Amino acid sequence: MNGPDDFELDATELVRPYVITKGRRLPDDDQLSLITLVTAAPEQVQRPLRLSPEEQRLLDLCSAGYLSVAEIAGHTRLPLGVVRIMLAGLTEAGYLITRPPVARARLADKELLEEVLSGLRAKFG
Amino acid sequence: MVSGPSLGERPSLRSRDYVAGGATQTAVKILVVGHFAVGKTTLIGSISEIEPLSTEETMTRAAQDVDDLKGVRGKTTTTVAMDFGRLTISDRVVLYLFGTPGQVRFVQMWEDMARGALGALVLVDPERLADSFAVIDLIEQYGLDYAIAVNNFDGNPVRAEASLREALDLLEDTPVVTCDARDEKSSAAALTTLVSYLLARVG
Ligand SMILES: Nc1nc2c(ncn2[C@@H]2O[C@H](COP(=O)(O)OP(=O)(O)OP(=O)(O)O)[C@@H](O)[C@H]2O)c(=O)[nH]1
Ligand SMILES: [Mg+2]
Repeated sequence: MNGPDDFELDATELVRPYVITKGRRLPDDDQLSLITLVTAAPEQVQRPLRLSPEEQRLLDLCSAGYLSVAEIAGHTRLPLGVVRIMLAGLTEAGYLITRPPVARARLADKELLEEVLSGLRAKFG
Repeated sequence: MVSGPSLGERPSLRSRDYVAGGATQTAVKILVVGHFAVGKTTLIGSISEIEPLSTEETMTRAAQDVDDLKGVRGKTTTTVAMDFGRLTISDRVVLYLFGTPGQVRFVQMWEDMARGALGALVLVDPERLADSFAVIDLIEQYGLDYAIAVNNFDGNPVRAEASLREALDLLEDTPVVTCDARDEKSSAAALTTLVSYLLARVG
């Protein structure tokens, strides 16, 4: 997958993400990690904002349940950086709710690892 | 590989594409790493409950390990895909498995992937051990605990574990398991070995 062709990226593909993110910059890494879970907020808390078609599309995608940031990028086939910027904007405007992943302090948590282990065993024997 | 944003398409998802019980779930992740064509995508696919997805990061030259792109003159950006799958562990924990591309080091992507990971499963082809050095270095550099899953492929002579340990310069307690990445149970057993090890590490 690292043939010379993989490095091709033409100008329109570079410009387009900039346009659809309205020139916003990347959010903090921790704010929207790959596995932050995202869903649409209840309508009453959404601040009216003029959404771009791309933002509307992301919102639609998120309205039927929770997906991780990585899954949203995967399903929309948008570059991860672009998705993170758009999700940050939508979250800020109250359109989305995010559930951050397990806090770093809990990663080495015995209980958490035990839960993962017993879950794996239950599933696969 | 560059697909470009398909902005017109609206992906239509089924309910099982969403995280079950998302409102109470917290997410964890494990990395599946290894050199080119060692079986990362296959392993993720064999145990994921969703159709494995991939996502691209657009890289600027500044964000890359430039060594790997030497000779690719005139290019300042590239894209790289990582693939991933998902496994609902319980009504509280959902596990994501992320696979990284083989030999090219993309710093930003590795940082995104390594941050907050429980640990890593390092897939190794015993016929190409030297190809695994770089990736093991990287995993150690990010401070991730790991287990080795040896993919013997078909018909290859099985290398003695002791010689493999020595060749890879593994710590005594680093687990080594054999694994057929195409087989769900075998892949899950490799993951289970990793998580048992992680658990033993916290005592
Ligand atoms: N015999 C055998 N073949 C395997 C196994 N795992 C993967 N393969 C085959 O090896 C090839 C490479 O597997 P991939 O899963 O694409 O490897 P990868 O590590 O994702 O490769 P890159 O992403 O390109 O680095 C595919 O043709 C797989 O079908 C295995 O356990 N046994
Ligand atoms: Mg792959």
